[in-house]
Amino acid sequence: MSKKLLMKGNEALAEASIRAGLKGYYGYPITPQSELLEYLGQHLPSRGGAFVQAESEVAAINMVYGASGAGVRTMTSTSGPGYSLMQEGISYIACAELPCLLVNVMRGGPGLGTIQPSQGDYFQAVKGGGHGDYKCIVLAPNSVQEMADFTYLGFDLADTYRIPVVILTDGALGQMMETVVFPDYDIEANKTDHSSWATTGRKNMRKKHVVTSLYLKAEEMENMNLILQKKYREIEKNEVRFESIFTEDADIIIVAFGMSARVSFKAVELARKKGIKAGLFRPKTLFPFPINELQHLSNQADKMLVVEMNAGQMVEDVRLAVNGNISVEFYGRMGGVIPSPNEILNNIINLSELKE
Amino acid sequence: MSELISEGVQCKLLNSMDKVWDRPDSLIDVPLHYCPGCGHSVVHRVLMEVLEELELIENTIGIAPVGCSVLAYFYLDIDMQEAAHGRATAVATGIKRVMPNKTIFTYQGDGDLAAIGTAETIHTINRGENIVMIFINNGIYGMTGGQMAPTTLPGVRTSTSVDGRDVESQGHPLKIADMISILPGAYYVTRQAVTTAKAVRKLKKALKKAFIYQMNGEGGTSFIEVVSNCPSGWKMTPLESNEWLENDIFDFYELGDIKVPKKGIK
Ligand SMILES: Cc1ncc(C[n+]2csc(CCOP(=O)(O)OP(=O)(O)O)c2C)c(N)n1
Ligand code: SF4
Repeated sequence: MSKKLLMKGNEALAEASIRAGLKGYYGYPITPQSELLEYLGQHLPSRGGAFVQAESEVAAINMVYGASGAGVRTMTSTSGPGYSLMQEGISYIACAELPCLLVNVMRGGPGLGTIQPSQGDYFQAVKGGGHGDYKCIVLAPNSVQEMADFTYLGFDLADTYRIPVVILTDGALGQMMETVVFPDYDIEANKTDHSSWATTGRKNMRKKHVVTSLYLKAEEMENMNLILQKKYREIEKNEVRFESIFTEDADIIIVAFGMSARVSFKAVELARKKGIKAGLFRPKTLFPFPINELQHLSNQADKMLVVEMNAGQMVEDVRLAVNGNISVEFYGRMGGVIPSPNEILNNIINLSELKE
Repeated sequence: MSELISEGVQCKLLNSMDKVWDRPDSLIDVPLHYCPGCGHSVVHRVLMEVLEELELIENTIGIAPVGCSVLAYFYLDIDMQEAAHGRATAVATGIKRVMPNKTIFTYQGDGDLAAIGTAETIHTINRGENIVMIFINNGIYGMTGGQMAPTTLPGVRTSTSVDGRDVESQGHPLKIADMISILPGAYYVTRQAVTTAKAVRKLKKALKKAFIYQMNGEGGTSFIEVVSNCPSGWKMTPLESNEWLENDIFDFYELGDIKVPKKGIK
């Protein structure tokens, strides 16, 4: 284990990516993720990787496509508007089954919006975002430590499943400073062998490799879709990650991810002090979504309250998981506003009073 | 068989049954989907001849974006990536930066390189990415069925300029090779054709130079424009399409080198 360092979330993520063996970074400036680009611009070239400031996010995601097709660890990072521009490329990457890490440090939208933190890109990241039926694994950190930890995890999952992995974080987590410990990570030991498909030139006249997402015949295209869907089911089976705090005896369970989970945790503590049995359920993976765990909790709790920094996006998935078993309420702030613990507490109190 | 020297090249006097031409091994022996007389097929062949002669088959990664040549990887027996429409040079940049010793080329149409991908074209060359860009300028959108391209000449009828391209409302044909030639990152810029055997030989020479520059790590980006045809989109026979090229189009898109390296190969 290395020593404790005090770092910004964006910098911790950038540092972790180098330690995880990043070989090609391609990005474009946008607040609130620019520290990532700047950190990698300063450090990646001297530590064994290529850094390119692209002419746009469109170019950046397609550079990632190229490098990923060459079988190396590669990533890009952006925020809302830039993530929107990348959607076509992400769809190509998903269909061509290329491993890569994508970081969206969310800001308030829609439109040019604000540079304040938000969770408004949940649908875009979790449901696809681009054209066609595809999924990315979506990881939602809620601390600077997890910004680092999920970077290693993200690269490993991307390599294992040949899938784009998104770290869906926000401006608050990206900008806040906390202590972080970088784990010992053996790049060589964690290396995945991509030599059976990566385009690296036909050394010794081996069979040619082609990276493509084009299938002219409908049946072939459907077949590719079936392969992708099978992979997604496998991921749903194996890779669900979550945190459950004070939920064992909880009457009211808050469901929240990332930044809003941090604030919600505070609200849960305050509620407990008032004698309300509140708990927090925090998905760490947004795809795959912890459906079974939420179903299980719905047999035990009276109510759920989903807290998000958007108009209500993840709440749809929670309701699908719970499937009418108990009522699922929503509280959200939009446009870059972070809800306060007291606001959430008031919602918890209201719900608990409704119960009596 | 006696030997004679012509154009500085050693030639053999042929007997009637001698094999004068063979498909390069790396051009896969399957029927091409290109329309009869389309320039794409000829450029494919010349490209593979060059890669074979330079012994680069094992080292090369080609990038073909969307356009009629999107299926180039069916024919070219090398590693290939298919890119999104307009993004071939971004993909090439991504690859080249993590594998600088590999040979990288893009193979793009005019819609791809000079419309939707203009930003990528300019910035890739401006960064001087050490790659070869092959630009098939056929003055039309072939794959999508014959719409106007940024390179379409004034007055030319296409399915989206039915009365002929009106420069007032539809803009002027873009000479993108001339445009990018002023960038410091552009190392070798040339405009070639495949209308005659002589033109094909010239194209081959140009391609060869471009790949040698890349492998020597010289300068920057090599840009080989091929002013080609699209008999289907132009609604002409292959012969008519060649005549139109020779009689009109080459007056606007003049053939020849636009920028040559100072210490380049002659
Ligand atoms: C984002 C996007 N827009 C549009 C298309 C449709 N499209 C496919 S090829 C093409 C133009 C091809 O023209 P060109 O690049 O000149 O190549 P050619 O087919 O003439 O060889 C277009 C518009 C697409 N595939 N993707
Ligand atoms: S449509 Fe035009 S460019 Fe495409 S294959 Fe046919 S002739 Fe060639």
